[in-house]
Amino acid sequence: MLEIKNLHAKVGDTEILKGLDLTINAGEVHAIMGPNGAGKSTLSYVLSGREGYEVTEGTVSYQGKNLLDMEPEVRAGEGVFLAFQYPVEIPGVSTMNFLKAAVNSVRKYRGESEFDAMDFLKFVREQTKILNIGDDMLKRAVNVGFSGGEKKRAEVLQMAVLAPTLALLDETDSGLDVDALRIVGEGVTALRSPERSMLVITHYQRLLDYIVPDVVHVLADGKIVDTGDKNLAIELEKNGYANYSEAAA
Amino acid sequence: MAAVTETVDQVQSVEKYKYGFVTDIEADQAPKGLNEDIIRFISAKKEEPEWLLEWRLKAYAHWLTMEEPDWPKVNYPPIDYQDSYYYSAPKSAEDGPDSLDDVDPELLETYKKLGIPLHEQEVLAGVKNVAVDAVFDSVSVATTFKDALAKEGVIFCPISEAVKDHPDLVKQYLGSVVPYSDNYFATLNSAVFTDGSFVYIPKGVDCPMELSTYFRINASNTGQFERTLIIADEGSHVSYLEGCTAPMRDENQLHAAVVELVALDDADIKYSTVQNWYPGDENGVGGIYNFVTKRAACRGKNSKVSWTQVETGSAITWKYPSCILQGDNSVGEFYSVAITNNYQQADTGTKMIHLGKNTSSKIIAKGISAGKSQSTYRGLVKMMPKAEGARNYTQCDSLLIGKECGAHTVPYIESRNKSAKVEHEATTSKIADDQLFYCRQRGISEEDAVALIVNGFCRDVMQELPMEFAVEAQKLVGISLEGSVG
Ligand SMILES: Nc1ncnc2c1ncn2[C@@H]1O[C@H](COP(=O)(O)OP(=O)(O)OP(=O)(O)O)[C@@H](O)[C@H]1O
Ligand SMILES: [Mg+2]
Repeated sequence: MLEIKNLHAKVGDTEILKGLDLTINAGEVHAIMGPNGAGKSTLSYVLSGREGYEVTEGTVSYQGKNLLDMEPEVRAGEGVFLAFQYPVEIPGVSTMNFLKAAVNSVRKYRGESEFDAMDFLKFVREQTKILNIGDDMLKRAVNVGFSGGEKKRAEVLQMAVLAPTLALLDETDSGLDVDALRIVGEGVTALRSPERSMLVITHYQRLLDYIVPDVVHVLADGKIVDTGDKNLAIELEKNGYANYSEAAA
Repeated sequence: MAAVTETVDQVQSVEKYKYGFVTDIEADQAPKGLNEDIIRFISAKKEEPEWLLEWRLKAYAHWLTMEEPDWPKVNYPPIDYQDSYYYSAPKSAEDGPDSLDDVDPELLETYKKLGIPLHEQEVLAGVKNVAVDAVFDSVSVATTFKDALAKEGVIFCPISEAVKDHPDLVKQYLGSVVPYSDNYFATLNSAVFTDGSFVYIPKGVDCPMELSTYFRINASNTGQFERTLIIADEGSHVSYLEGCTAPMRDENQLHAAVVELVALDDADIKYSTVQNWYPGDENGVGGIYNFVTKRAACRGKNSKVSWTQVETGSAITWKYPSCILQGDNSVGEFYSVAITNNYQQADTGTKMIHLGKNTSSKIIAKGISAGKSQSTYRGLVKMMPKAEGARNYTQCDSLLIGKECGAHTVPYIESRNKSAKVEHEATTSKIADDQLFYCRQRGISEEDAVALIVNGFCRDVMQELPMEFAVEAQKLVGISLEGSVG
């Protein structure tokens, strides 16, 4: 599904990713943990094609294709979805309209027919119910004035309606209260399927109680420095990253 | 950008201005140039009464003494007023068709291509009908729903017809809001105006449908000088929309219209414009010079006039739809979206002149500039000595796309009454990279993302448009910004 080999990337003149290797098979959920500034969000941006993140070495193959060659919207069409660590506000554009524009763009790319307004509403309502999102939020402008938790829930809603093949979740748990964490965690878990892979970036083991990962990685100083099963996350919570910083240095 | 996308872009740019086609139709034209004889020619063609010809000639004599204004922030080579036709009418439409069945099929086809219904459809449940007056170059070629409207006493017809059928109303109100001597282009219009719409809503009548006029410039080297006059008698209500398109041509064509609105006691007029004249190509060749005077007199107490405009076309736009708030408690509103791309120039805004007590006005202006274009908001809010308790709120927001365009805000405020309140807010912003990336990550192409973000920016104005036209206007926003990013 996703195969990253010796990935080097820089932002401006600074190299952030320094030879990262990672393979995710179809249907697997991988968690990435690691200290602040390790390069986790950078990895998610490189995979989704953000401008300014320059790959200097290495390859990324996604479903057998060269992911790095594709424009961001093509990657989205091919099923790559990023739940942003900091979702972006778009004033004046209702969340509903935004969702519709996104879903129809992606459907068009995939050669599927576009939704009409009524069908779409029905389709979205099914998802909002699961995520406990009120209609009120759909009418509000995208992320404008949303609380931290609402923003994260809206990201998961977008993920649900866009039905990605590879979902990258960047700290989707941060800013959530206990109940919201459960709703989001269960919501994401409900989206697990044999065709869908996920890369879950988080600082906290508690999210992984809901989204139980197949593999856990530690990313430090631009590289994967350790890989294990879900127990690795529990250990990290206890011991922190002290060992790895030394290893990376 | 990949080579494939570039080619696609080029193919699309040919189709970008989808109204750019020419209708091949036999036309009756006045000789080229401008002089008293031409004015007599136009007046004779329209079989006008003597008083109107005199009014035209007076305007012409005055125009000869005037200088073209140079204060707007727009640049264009001097206009040769002798190098243009001032009258052009499809031969088949000259006598004015008696019924819709008589309209030249070629013209019907043209309006079909433009997406304008010239047939009286069945009324769909819950959908308000739209009556259309179609002005093609210098004449009105069709007006729909005239009979249905007449039942309510509403007059909706070409102004040339109103001159014949309702001379008293025309005589009383023509030039009463924009005098023939008002300004260079309005004076020119007074001398040579050809057609336009006339609307009268009688006392207490709530006009049962949207009224609209579609202006189409077709002939080459021809100016369009239409004149619209709308009178809302006491306690009446009307919503009116105008749309404008023209073929793609290398030459610049002049469009100098005058619109006069009169609202009497407790009446309100909602006037919406979707202006999509040919803007010229991406190198700034061709396009319409849109030099327009639009003014409303809120004469009666509690009267209200609301201007909404979406200006996406024209090489140069120069217009300031204004309100003279004469009646006590009268209300003036101006909602504007002005989009410029490539080499387009827009100098637009409004004037709110507060004369009466407790008059209020609201101005929401959104300017979007892309390419190498220039956009200026120019507004005047004037509180006269008797405007006790008058209020104004103005908000001007500019959005810049790219680095080579310009946005300017020139607000004039004159207050001669201490109790009057004037509030002004202005912002300038850019489409942020992270907004574009966020949209693209969701599968939305860069161009669609720009359209989406700009529509969001314009929302406060767009939602003022009648629903029937809002969707079209939103699409137009996207089309007019094509090629502005990437
Ligand atoms: N646009 C930028 N310009 C300069 N430096 C940047 C830029 N973006 C990221 N960096 C730097 O790259 C490093 C990695 O950042 P990144 O956001 O990937 O970290 P992270 O692992 O996601 O951290 P956190 O856990 O705090 O979210 C940081 O040192 C950061 O300051
Ligand atoms: Mg991060």
